[in-house]
Amino acid sequence: MTRIFIPDDAAALSMGAGKVASAIKAEADKRGLQLEIIRNGSRGLLWLEPLVEVETAKGRVAYGPVTAKDVAALFDADFLKGGKHRLGHGLTEEIDYLKKQERLTFARCGVIDPLSIDDYIAHGGFAGLTAALKKTGADIVKAVTESGLRGRGGAGFPTGIKWKTVLDANADQKYICCNADEGDSGTFADRMLMEGDPFTLIEGMTIAGIATGATKGLIYIRSEYPHAIAKMKQAIAHAIAARWLGDNIQGSGKAFSLAVRTGAGAYICGEETSMLESLEGKRGMVRPKPPIPALEGLFGKPTVINNVLSFAAVPDILAKGAEFYKNYGMGRSRGTLPFQLAGNIRQGGLVEKAFGITLRELVEDFGGGTHSGRPARAIQVGGPLGSYVPASQFDLPMDYETFAANGAMVGHGGLVVFDDTVDMARQARFAMEFCAIESCGKCTPCRIGAVRGVEVIDRIIAGIERDKNLIVLDDLCQTMIDGSLCAMGGLTPMPVQSAVKHFPEDFDRPTAKAAE
Amino acid sequence: MLTKPEMSPESERARDVCSRHGNRPDELIEILHEVQDELGCVPEAVVPVIAKAVNLSRAEVHGVITFYHDFRREPAGRHVVKICRAESCQSMAGEALCNHAKASLRTGFGETTADGSVTLEAVYCLGNCALSPAMMVDGELHGRVDAGRFDEIIAETLSEAAQ
Repeated sequence: MTRIFIPDDAAALSMGAGKVASAIKAEADKRGLQLEIIRNGSRGLLWLEPLVEVETAKGRVAYGPVTAKDVAALFDADFLKGGKHRLGHGLTEEIDYLKKQERLTFARCGVIDPLSIDDYIAHGGFAGLTAALKKTGADIVKAVTESGLRGRGGAGFPTGIKWKTVLDANADQKYICCNADEGDSGTFADRMLMEGDPFTLIEGMTIAGIATGATKGLIYIRSEYPHAIAKMKQAIAHAIAARWLGDNIQGSGKAFSLAVRTGAGAYICGEETSMLESLEGKRGMVRPKPPIPALEGLFGKPTVINNVLSFAAVPDILAKGAEFYKNYGMGRSRGTLPFQLAGNIRQGGLVEKAFGITLRELVEDFGGGTHSGRPARAIQVGGPLGSYVPASQFDLPMDYETFAANGAMVGHGGLVVFDDTVDMARQARFAMEFCAIESCGKCTPCRIGAVRGVEVIDRIIAGIERDKNLIVLDDLCQTMIDGSLCAMGGLTPMPVQSAVKHFPEDFDRPTAKAAE
Repeated sequence: MLTKPEMSPESERARDVCSRHGNRPDELIEILHEVQDELGCVPEAVVPVIAKAVNLSRAEVHGVITFYHDFRREPAGRHVVKICRAESCQSMAGEALCNHAKASLRTGFGETTADGSVTLEAVYCLGNCALSPAMMVDGELHGRVDAGRFDEIIAETLSEAAQ
């Protein structure tokens, strides 16, 4: 029977994948054809969604973007045998966008049936956990440390060091918490992985539990991701049934349990201590550090907190060795990063590449330039708290240290592209406005600084004492950087100051009144 | 003799939700989500019931409800339209979409249309940034939404409801 893959990833569904699946089923029934429809995750070629794949003797053949209206014509073109059609792209694996990538974390995403454990194992799944079950906690931590893996959530803290702190802590209970509160604009990799390959996250967290002696794990997923929440909950139930989670994992005597917790629309809960408060059922107020969560985290117990993609990178490291992973990347940025091409871009999607690739390669070679066809003027890298990078810096290699040296941050590798119609003063204002909306309110520089920031930028835009107000803005930013409790207030000045620095002309435009 | 006042049906349901979560205070956010799913919002009247069940003060429960954007004190309209206003959607003329939505629905963000059919909300990122602008209608995600597609989706949503 012919097998057809139609994603049920949220992005694919947003472009009508659900209707396409129904239409293909109906058309097949009408023509008396037998086929098996598999709802896979997304391959990450998001501008081609819904991307329908047909399994043929030569491999999987891709068609996209398919709408329900195209379905009859696809059958006429004999797409079930890989027939030619204007929406056809040939073999999926041969599509340049995919072929040029280095897929480690996302190797299975879009390939397998996300909820089939057999499919997962057939594609190398649970090899990392199986290897980990034979090792001591210290050996697992050593492998993760040697791989050079750094936190993929944005801060880039060495994962192995964090795990070692938890391993060495003495406590009756330890926890593993996954930060899946992917609230930054321009990011969707966590969501894609949870929807397309959820067992990888389960496997990575279980390895973390075994490594550090933690028996309980929680995944904090934002409520804006209903599809990911549903998929993760189903995957956990499957993993329990197949004894990959529970009191006695695969007869090893090791225990690890996992549950999903839903966020409630607060951006700040992506900050790790705020997330802990939220996981305890409280307001998401940021906690001062120290104590660090690795020593006093959830319910005051030692806690590993990592991003989805940090956990998801771990199974490969255990299965293939630290050296294998370490061989990708540059400098102190080892391995691969799943870059997310977003915003005003022609071919938006997920590009997993080793560190060292430049912004230009990502946006021009992979992304095909802007969606509007106009020149790219700025790229915001690393989310709402990341810098606006001007075209003159598009050739910087994506590396934590190189970016930091140039006043920017790689963060989680989310790229939001803006064309030359963007008004950078408005973007700077938005950064402050967003901080004012989403600040938890605990510390003054963030709570009040953001409000004052909006007011000052408004005065600059209105042409009121611009030079003086730019000095005030700079002073305010410095106060927020120095005095804020967490990255929300501490990094909001990054987009603001980068906009002022690289695009001063936008802060010096004639006002409506002056133009009269 | 004092008799115990009768519990309203809403309060009873809220109490049942708490009990399904073992009356655990750390599950308060899950409890509030479920109460809102059942009752359409978290009405003021159930706050003391929840507080008592999970052994927190009313002030603590009130604090949690008001901290998170998701929880409503009043029921929403029959449909909830959330439009993303974050950077990625801004780069793809998201503000024009927002203005179109406000004008065509004749309502503002955080408000409900006069006939109670649609509540319009701003959201900061729906994780569909490669296909901006994005919006979510009753939990269903839509990408590459321009004014034309917005009108189609809204018309479809309202006509489905009418059937």
